[in-house]
Amino acid sequence: MNEQETTEQNDENIKKIMFLMRKAPHGSIYSYEGLETVLIVAAYDQDVTMAFIGDGVFALVKDQDTDDIGIKGFIKTYPVLEQYEIEKVYVDRQSMTERGLTVDDFAIDVIVKDSDEIATLIEDQHAVISY
Amino acid sequence: MLHTVSKSPFSHSALDECAKFATKGSPILLIEDGVLAAKPGTKYEEKLKAVIEKNSVYALLPDIKARGIGKLIDGVKPIGYDGFVELVEQHKVVSWV
Repeated sequence: MNEQETTEQNDENIKKIMFLMRKAPHGSIYSYEGLETVLIVAAYDQDVTMAFIGDGVFALVKDQDTDDIGIKGFIKTYPVLEQYEIEKVYVDRQSMTERGLTVDDFAIDVIVKDSDEIATLIEDQHAVISY
Repeated sequence: MLHTVSKSPFSHSALDECAKFATKGSPILLIEDGVLAAKPGTKYEEKLKAVIEKNSVYALLPDIKARGIGKLIDGVKPIGYDGFVELVEQHKVVSWV
């Protein structure tokens, strides 16, 4: 296989995969599992987008202290997204404001988008996975 | 995209969120407890009617029958497993669980 064929095959193997992060952390395993899956998929160099919507926005709140509920917590894992070159991290504006949050409350930098923009992004994906 | 919703609108936000993030015209299929949204006379009826204005709303007949829902809100299209398969053949799927 020559170099050009290799490149073509690589492009073909890169899929646009979007993760809808919809659950608050700690009350269920969804939020944690979603983040784990994102990192696994990113390790395969896929084109990953994350959108935090609904209660999912609570997962990003900084200064989470889970010591007294007996679990390790995973807020410290989010900065790893940058090292995995996942830059498309979006937060639904309405979900954020309805819950009394601003971007300053989050542990990582995010891009705030309106729901119609996120809806358009969903249509643009090869696969969408909801957590 | 085809959006499937499998949770009751009375205890979960799945259908609200689906409706918010589905583009106009995208089909929404109610399955499992999701079909409870299609029952007339509930507090969710007006919301579902607004969804029907924007999207095609289907409900899975075996799940409707299993829950004893005799009549559906006008505009909800009942479909069987064969119809479910056809929709999945025609669209990629977002599963709102």
